[in-house]
Amino acid sequence: MSEFLLLAFIFLIAGVIAVPIASRLGLGSVLGYLIAGIVIAPLLATLGVDVISIQHFAEFGVVMMLFLVGLELEPRMLWSMRAKLLGLGGLQVAGTTILVTAIAMAFGQPWTIALAIGMVLALSSTAIVLQTLNEKGLMRSDGGQSSFSVLLFQDIAVIPMLAFIPLLAMPELMDVAHGAADAAHGDAHGGGHGDSHGDGHGDDHGDGHGMNLSLVDGLNGWQTTLVTVGAIGAVVLLGNYLTRPIFRFIAMAGLRELFVATALLFVVGIALLMMAVGLSPALGTFLAGVVLANSEYRHELESDIDPFRGLLLGLFFITVGAAIDFELLFGNIGSVLGMTVGLILLKAFVLLVLAYIFKLQGADKWLFGLGLAQAGEFGFVLLSFTTANQVIPQSVADQLLLVVALSMLLTPLLFILYERVIAPKFANDQQAEADVIDEPGDIIIAGHGRVGGIVNRMLRAAGYTTTVLDYSASQLEMLRSFGFKIFFGDATRADLLHAAGIEKAKLLVIAIDGKEQINTLVHYVRQNHPHVPIVARAVDRQHVYDLYAAGVREIIRETFDSSVRMGRSAYEVLGMHAFEAELLAKKFAEDDRHIIAVLAELHDPDIPASENQAYVERSKELMEEREAQIFGKGNAFAVEKNTGWTPPGQKIEQE
Amino acid sequence: MARVMVIYTHPGQRFSRANVAMAKAAAGVDDITFVDLYAEYPRHDINVEKEQARLLAHDVIVFQFPVFWYSSPSLLKEWQDLVLQYGFAYGHDGKALVGKTLMLAVTAGGPEDAYRKGGYQQHALRDFLVPFQQTAGLCGMKFAPPFALYGALGAKPEEEIATHASAYAALLTAIRDDACDLEDDGKAVVQASTLSKRIKG
Repeated sequence: MSEFLLLAFIFLIAGVIAVPIASRLGLGSVLGYLIAGIVIAPLLATLGVDVISIQHFAEFGVVMMLFLVGLELEPRMLWSMRAKLLGLGGLQVAGTTILVTAIAMAFGQPWTIALAIGMVLALSSTAIVLQTLNEKGLMRSDGGQSSFSVLLFQDIAVIPMLAFIPLLAMPELMDVAHGAADAAHGDAHGGGHGDSHGDGHGDDHGDGHGMNLSLVDGLNGWQTTLVTVGAIGAVVLLGNYLTRPIFRFIAMAGLRELFVATALLFVVGIALLMMAVGLSPALGTFLAGVVLANSEYRHELESDIDPFRGLLLGLFFITVGAAIDFELLFGNIGSVLGMTVGLILLKAFVLLVLAYIFKLQGADKWLFGLGLAQAGEFGFVLLSFTTANQVIPQSVADQLLLVVALSMLLTPLLFILYERVIAPKFANDQQAEADVIDEPGDIIIAGHGRVGGIVNRMLRAAGYTTTVLDYSASQLEMLRSFGFKIFFGDATRADLLHAAGIEKAKLLVIAIDGKEQINTLVHYVRQNHPHVPIVARAVDRQHVYDLYAAGVREIIRETFDSSVRMGRSAYEVLGMHAFEAELLAKKFAEDDRHIIAVLAELHDPDIPASENQAYVERSKELMEEREAQIFGKGNAFAVEKNTGWTPPGQKIEQE
Repeated sequence: MARVMVIYTHPGQRFSRANVAMAKAAAGVDDITFVDLYAEYPRHDINVEKEQARLLAHDVIVFQFPVFWYSSPSLLKEWQDLVLQYGFAYGHDGKALVGKTLMLAVTAGGPEDAYRKGGYQQHALRDFLVPFQQTAGLCGMKFAPPFALYGALGAKPEEEIATHASAYAALLTAIRDDACDLEDDGKAVVQASTLSKRIKG
């Protein structure tokens, strides 16, 4: 018990210290975790911790991440991605495999080993790439979507690779291996690796020596196919028809942790089922996620699984860092570094060629090319599988492990290169290009959802030209075809705002969702472009105060006007005269806006509301008036409301 | 049988006694159209096409309103400004309303003797209603003598108001049945007490 706690403590403190520092320095969380892993590696070695087996456990974070990605992706969107998925993904895996194989053969490896190496290195790191894309809000960009397509294809490609690798086993290597097995155990660096790799991954893929849950052992080809299709069908049916009653049943208990448990059960169960039929658990849960993308429990599932995903992925990255064998690295520093850089260049080359063929533009091309240029966690899986099957000799595998780990370590740096150097350059180009087409002094609308879409329609209807920033691609593509100026991407990104021409904008309409994003955008624009007038969407009352303090004066609460209209309709349905209902609703809205304006003036974002004396007193006063309205005490409202007509020469009758 | 439409405008119906009683009486008359304009357009967003179509479908139009500042409540003015369009109600091709009749049913806050030279309103009630008369004239409509209640603010619900409201219903019924003399001498105001002289049979 105390051993487990000590271990947990070490991992947690490493992450808690390293990740915020890395984020602060703009390196991203992934690099933070990797560095944390490298730092605690000696400590873990002293304690005799089996890092690799922890890594296998932590790989489940990837499964969870794909589930979450699936939740964000409606079936319709997945279907529309099919060309990219097969074309981009297929060509990337095939092209990289062939080139790596050729180079390995040129260095004198026999073709079987070369081909195995090619397959190992063709795969990229789903964990790092998706984590980073999400963190930087690049997931919805063209480059992000293409990257995701390739990663998904790779995930599928692992399965036939696992089936194919044993066929490459070399008889001569088998013989050597039997003799060398004992030696490998005693080997300084092989002690941890050789054995545990084989065991751990064996379990993962259903051919382990421990528990055997396979449903397809001993079945022939068509039976296997039938069971596999049945399992996928079960996942789809479960997702479509059973989740709703199950979650309703769970909701009756009213316990949040039960929801969490159910969500975990869901993911773990599907992963088990997929492994049992020999499919990738990540693929299975991804599929389940897609099925549930339209479900009303989507957000519940998302928020339940997300912390586990984050922690497990963090743990996974730490173990990747901790597993780097520095003794071996420094022993072969030249060749390992050379291979790593060579691999990254080669993969980037293949990706850029594909980006050209598939017409990825500008910065997206580079995001795609640099983002996927590493080897990934599936490389670890395949490597241990190949050594277990005597396809690749242990000594080669150990070096390759280093190459995979180092390339993963370098990936965050490539993302930084993209973000700092490449994206701004293209943002500039787009701006220059746009200036030629449009007259300067545009209206920028950030967010084209329920709110921004309407604002945009109104402005266009009145003859204004608008520039829209959003990252929900489907609708925007249609708009773009009408010649609208559209920028895909996160409106809170400085480079995107720049591309949209924020310097010369005559108005910025902030209609994006989410308090934090809105605040980020407001603060950025107020600070860097204070001359641009802002019309901002506020999520709630407190948010109005924040925006007011930030200097925004046109603040529109997103649901206030519709709520007032609902209240007015309620008056009318209850039999109140429509004109009186109108006056009352107007009066209510005026009062409410007045209160907000008064309190916004007193509100100070640097002082907590409870310690702001003036604010507290005034809001107490106003609340008392308000209560009098709500509970019908007093008659301020009843008298004032009648701004329509009061008979002269007599006191108004007061109820 | 005449097709009658009452267009009623009152922005403060919660405080109204005379007009609400009249509106209730008018709404109870069968086979006429009764429109509460403030209920239909609480936000003054008048549907011009719909109003014009309604005008075409009726022969006698009655504006029922309390006199505010020697005119109608603002929504009825807005209604006139928008609905009585050039080319529809007036102008070279604006013949849509020719031959129809416009009648006013108004309530005045002050007593009858205030509406004369030397009284505190200085003019007869009809003098203040001349804009409506000329509006009808320009549209080629006949202008019927206004049906008026003086002293509406002081009137007692059980007595004057009740009498006026039932007379109003009788007037509308008679107009509907073509049994009412709507001839106008340019001066007369019809009141509940003088209504019987105008109803035939």
